[in-house]
Amino acid sequence: MQVPILKQGPYLIATIQSALTDADIVQLRDALVEQVGRYRSRGVIIDVTALDVMDSFATGTLRDVAHMVRLRGAETVIVGIQPDVAFAMVHMGLTLEGVTTKLDLEEGLDHLNRHSRVTTSQ
Amino acid sequence: MKTPAVLEEVSVAVASDADIVSARMQGRALALRIGFRPTDATLIATAISELARNILLYAASGEIAIRPIERGERTGVAVVAQDRGPGIADLPRAMEDGYSTSGRLGLGLPGVRRLMDEFEIRSGPGQGTTVKVKKWIA
Repeated sequence: MQVPILKQGPYLIATIQSALTDADIVQLRDALVEQVGRYRSRGVIIDVTALDVMDSFATGTLRDVAHMVRLRGAETVIVGIQPDVAFAMVHMGLTLEGVTTKLDLEEGLDHLNRHSRVTTSQ
Repeated sequence: MKTPAVLEEVSVAVASDADIVSARMQGRALALRIGFRPTDATLIATAISELARNILLYAASGEIAIRPIERGERTGVAVVAQDRGPGIADLPRAMEDGYSTSGRLGLGLPGVRRLMDEFEIRSGPGQGTTVKVKKWIA
């Protein structure tokens, strides 16, 4: 199941809508890294609210996205990690070190508006 | 508390990455029916996801069986991940954080051990790998 990516001003917003296979997550990574260049985006938000599990593969791949997007000159914010998912990640020892996380989409947009040196009225 | 006797074992063949998702979803559903809280069902689903991926990654195919268990007054779930792959040559190292022969994070097996209450692994070169884990309702 492909993740829709919405272009909103200088940002890309990817909203995960169901459980994803490893191939889906890799496809999302590649699409975001490519579209950051195509649309000259300043920021990327990945909304994982609907993700059932953040295992080592999902965590590692989302961390890769953030680092690759940063190398392309933009910032990534992961939003919507659910309490149970956060609990499981901590139990497993999975971290998203060096990756910005925010509570929800609103907080994520607010963060990018403050930090990406662009105004939303572009 | 629900009686686990009426609940049937779930068995999922693992041969593609869609099967990883299927195994963990069926595992979560069974855990909830057994009486686990949603938080613990997520821990169990995460462990199943790691075990299923290991099957795919190292053995190409195998099976995940999930069933309700009882011990005295306690109720829980057992997950058995079994494959006929090449087996693990160095088991102690495979259980170390950050050790991986696949270039990944290397948190799979040690992570599964931390997520569950009981952990057993049998493996050796040419023998395939069987991982059996249990979690009890707190």
